[in-house]
Amino acid sequence: MQQSFINELKAIVGEQYILSDKESLAVYGYDSTPEIESLPGAVLLPCTTDEIVRIMRLCFDAGETVTPRGSGTNLSGGSLSAGGVVIQTSRLNRLLEIDEENLTATMEPGLITSTLHRAVESRGLFYPPDPGSMNISTMGGNVAENSGGLRGLKYGVTADYVMGLETILANGDLLRTGGKVVKDVAGYSLNPLLVSSEGTLGLFTGITVKLIPKPQGKITMLAHFPALQDAALAVSAIIAAKVIPATLEFLDKVTIKCVEDYAHVGLPLDVDAVLLIEVDGHPVVIAEEAAAVAEICKKHRCSSFQTAKDAAEALKLTEARRTALSALARLKPTTILEDATVPRSCIAAMLKIIQDSAKKHNVTIGTFGHAGDGNLHPTCLTDERDKDEIKRAHAAFSEIFDAAIAMGGTITGEHGVGLAKKKYLPKLVGESGIRVMRGIKQAFDPKGILNPGKIF
Amino acid sequence: MDYVKLINCMRCGMCLPACPTYKETFLETASPRGRVALVRKLQEGGLEQSERLLEYLSLCLDCQACASACPCGVNAGELVAEFTCERKTETGLGFMEDMILRKLVPHPDRLETSMAPMRMYQRSGLQKLVRTLGILKMFPKPLERMEGLLPTLPARPLRQEIHEVTPAIGTEIGTVGFFLGCVMSLIFSDASRATITLLSSLGYKVITPKKQVCCGAPNMLGGDLAGLKEAALTNVEIFGDYEVDFIVTDCGGCGAELKKYAHYIEGDAASAFSSKVRDISQVLSLHSEKLRAKLTELPLKATYHDPCHIAHCQGIRKEPRDLLKLVPGLEYIELESADACCGSAGTYNIVKPEMSDQILKRKLDTIRFSGAQVLVTSNPGCLLQLKKGLADHLPEVKIMHLTEVLAQSLAG
Repeated sequence: MQQSFINELKAIVGEQYILSDKESLAVYGYDSTPEIESLPGAVLLPCTTDEIVRIMRLCFDAGETVTPRGSGTNLSGGSLSAGGVVIQTSRLNRLLEIDEENLTATMEPGLITSTLHRAVESRGLFYPPDPGSMNISTMGGNVAENSGGLRGLKYGVTADYVMGLETILANGDLLRTGGKVVKDVAGYSLNPLLVSSEGTLGLFTGITVKLIPKPQGKITMLAHFPALQDAALAVSAIIAAKVIPATLEFLDKVTIKCVEDYAHVGLPLDVDAVLLIEVDGHPVVIAEEAAAVAEICKKHRCSSFQTAKDAAEALKLTEARRTALSALARLKPTTILEDATVPRSCIAAMLKIIQDSAKKHNVTIGTFGHAGDGNLHPTCLTDERDKDEIKRAHAAFSEIFDAAIAMGGTITGEHGVGLAKKKYLPKLVGESGIRVMRGIKQAFDPKGILNPGKIF
Repeated sequence: MDYVKLINCMRCGMCLPACPTYKETFLETASPRGRVALVRKLQEGGLEQSERLLEYLSLCLDCQACASACPCGVNAGELVAEFTCERKTETGLGFMEDMILRKLVPHPDRLETSMAPMRMYQRSGLQKLVRTLGILKMFPKPLERMEGLLPTLPARPLRQEIHEVTPAIGTEIGTVGFFLGCVMSLIFSDASRATITLLSSLGYKVITPKKQVCCGAPNMLGGDLAGLKEAALTNVEIFGDYEVDFIVTDCGGCGAELKKYAHYIEGDAASAFSSKVRDISQVLSLHSEKLRAKLTELPLKATYHDPCHIAHCQGIRKEPRDLLKLVPGLEYIELESADACCGSAGTYNIVKPEMSDQILKRKLDTIRFSGAQVLVTSNPGCLLQLKKGLADHLPEVKIMHLTEVLAQSLAG
């Protein structure tokens, strides 16, 4: 990047908040995605919307690319830039308002997801989306990736909560979409388009989300299954019985061992799978639901069924589950995580395909995930230095994606396409899908400067 | 350095919210994940060992909160410390480092003598004069900070005052060796005296070998691995002469270092030594019912700050809290982010004053918010840093070592 251009950027954010030394650029060359690295030209940490507008105008005029980044926990390479400007939003992290009359919260994009959780819950309100990385992920990133989480089954994903956005467009113009109104049919619905746009359509500077009343109670349960398939069938049976738990998480044997090694929460090491189940709501209702869940698990041959005795124990279990992906890295240095998603009635079939694929290609795959919403995370445990094994891992995943598509599922449930799944997207959405997406991109960003090279 | 340890980091970012310097800066270079990446790039040849790179790494407090937070078992703090130590081993010790780490620290007598002028300075009224006149402003900044951090020294170091053997009170239930940390002996002698009182009143015979030397933590910090090994060998040999059930310390930093001796030096004696090392809270917790029966009313609102060397390096969190809750009349308040570093971190508060002050401020805010009258902790570094911080910004809050609180309740 030209020094004169860097100087112009410096004039906007100040010397302290622009990084262009090679050591800094090296550590902004990655996010949480394995195997992908790409060095940016400069990293900026602005602290106001006005600074972002000025940066965008400057880049637009110069034809320089801009990639937004929060805490860099992206799992599809979406926050990486090849030589361009990275805007890290961490300093724009204010929670601007909790509106108890309209049940909304408004914030800047750098706000950490769990900080929002704590703030609204202290007022008896609830913001459900809870991605695994919620203790560090930013709300801007959650919106851009349409993050899901453990509570997706009952409460949906980020898109279901975004009501209003303030977005800076490629040329620096400000776009306001939605707001605090529940009903709004004026023109195209742009919010859903911007949510999950992965930084390719604009940069969020303001986010308004819907809040709901905090559930009065919850019961957290853990069922042990000696046979993997029984656990999968129990998942479908619970949903078929019209019980919708807030959380219905699956962990296989490999994952259980890694999580237990780190978290020491008393997970069983002698079973093939566990289900972590949480029902929430009115105390009378959840007592009934918990009983129904226990009954179904027993019918599906669970060997043990525990109920967390208090909130602290429940929290320990769900927090332990959140560490699953990282804990798997205890076994091997490289973990390649996927999030193929299928209609939830197909969970058992999908698990079988994952197992068969792993065997066929001679790779170790640990599987965990949001079984209740069909979103599994098969994770290949490998070593980036073993090129042959990496090749086999990708071959296995390619098969798994094909199977997911054939079942009416998708190649990514919550991590985004980014760079990592780009090549699989045409298979899923077809030529017309790609053409429409390109048209939308063209309308928002004719010069193609916003997070280029991502999605398609 | 073991390359596999570096590539085990899968960059999930779980360490970021735990890292005090990331929280202050939001910079990837100031995060555990970033530091591991920098060392890795250096090993792979993608980066050279530049001044800037070393500067970035030097911002690490080595508080190891990242290790507690890491599900994959990477200890970024330790990796950076190891890297720094290895590098310094290659370049050799400077004149001052050699003077301090080799000629002073390993010799308790010299160390104690070196403090005598400071004691005289404080007691003669010279300190008051110097502070009033602002004379320290004429000296380099680090000197002024050091002077400010140092509380009034006890008349004599504890090592010179206590007997080698303190008998058990009542029926003897066992024997412990007491590892008396240098800073505890020189500065916080009241706390270590309280430790001995507690142990003996529970029925332990307490042996405090006069010949023990510094644990070697300053050598590790200064990149003097050989000095550390020498200290370890000396202490293992000295304590090997006594039959003890445990080797107890009331200094978090010493405890963390002593437990690692078996990692630095080979042999059964070192393993036996390290396996006997306990933080004082671990030993007292074994006798909590007996202790509870002896404690008397102490009406205090107290909160507890986890020293990094106890919570993150030794994994001890429950015992100190449980002990405080034994004290009748004591209202225990949990501190928010109790296990976040206070910014002391060895000599960090002297060499990185600005970052240290920012981190301290965050800690003081949580203490203020807790409403506690007394802040309890159990590591001399934290005691120094927080004592100064409280005196400057929150004078109504007192600071005490865990054993001081318990001994006060014991005395009634």
